[in-house]
Amino acid sequence: MQNGLALRLGDDALILSHRLSEWCGHAPTLELDLALTNIGLDLLGQAQFFLNLAGQAEGQGRDADALAYRRTEDAFCNCLLVEQPNGDFARTIARQFLFSTWQELLFQQLQGSPDETLAAIAAKALKEVTYHAGFASDWVVRLGDGTPESHRRMADGLEFLWRFTDELFEGDFASLRPAWDARVDAVLREAGLARPKPVRALTGGRNGRHSEHLGHLLAQMQYLPRAFPDAVW
Amino acid sequence: MSETTGALSARIFTLLAQLPDPEIPVISLVDLGIVREVRDGPPPVVVITPTYSGCPASLVISRQIRAALDADGLTGVTVQTELSPAWSTDWMSDAGRDKLRAYGIAPPETAAGRRARQDQEAARCPQCGSGRTAEISRFGSTPCKALWRCLDCAEPFDRFKCI
Repeated sequence: MQNGLALRLGDDALILSHRLSEWCGHAPTLELDLALTNIGLDLLGQAQFFLNLAGQAEGQGRDADALAYRRTEDAFCNCLLVEQPNGDFARTIARQFLFSTWQELLFQQLQGSPDETLAAIAAKALKEVTYHAGFASDWVVRLGDGTPESHRRMADGLEFLWRFTDELFEGDFASLRPAWDARVDAVLREAGLARPKPVRALTGGRNGRHSEHLGHLLAQMQYLPRAFPDAVW
Repeated sequence: MSETTGALSARIFTLLAQLPDPEIPVISLVDLGIVREVRDGPPPVVVITPTYSGCPASLVISRQIRAALDADGLTGVTVQTELSPAWSTDWMSDAGRDKLRAYGIAPPETAAGRRARQDQEAARCPQCGSGRTAEISRFGSTPCKALWRCLDCAEPFDRFKCI
């Protein structure tokens, strides 16, 4: 169970980190380029901590690198939300907002975990994630309460990604739902955005059933270590 | 180690206080609060902590410390990274804050209430000292800094984020 948790959280952070890295050199402004890649960097560090922990718990000598670079997509157990393509800036912000808000609530809980290593990672990451959630919330408000075009794009992003949010609350994460709903609703209200209508949820990521996008992402992320195993700088 | 543990700890802190942070070389690793403690051995352990989980300087920092210890004949001292308690800008020394300000970076404030995004107080401009400043971007040139500007002297400046 513990192994499963560290692996899920590590995979979430790793895959979203990679998605954010795709913005490098492409964001609307230099400041946003820095912001998105900084968030990606924080997530990459978190992924490393969680995946090392998952590897230790597994006890087969795999470290974070082995887990990141030498598994096929069906062995990844990240949620579907984080593997979704970046889309436009508004969709990226929507994804970050939905995810970071969830991560913040989860890490608040996990910092009290009896597993000391897990608690330490969560307490460390919480400081970063609070910042991510604040950044994303600010932009949801700015775009939602901006021009007709920015409002439309923000609403589109939320609507598209809404189908992946139920998966965040599967199993042991179910208790986070009420607080997440309240936080999300408060920001949407401030942004003048309607909460997306309920849709049929897409799930399966936690069990290794992913969208077609993950394989493409991994093909890029894993290319070098697979082509040149054990290469070092 | 022939020294008493207190003396060894003092020696190591003096040694590491000469090592600059790789990204903000005006302050030392000790000023920044990255060097957490020196534990008695055997073997003695230098405990360090990362500022941000993904800080790319982390690896460089632990290598710098290893090299400095080795060069000083302290090859038996090990270096260990610990996450808990999580690094806080509250651990930055007053000397470190002064050095940052003189370098043109607004140092982190120590205060409660900084986690709520609405409660972020305005930074003081390190150039002209004005308190009339505004945030340009929450993220700056390194994970630990945000980008601000002064509304009086119009200079942009880095602000150390409070975490």
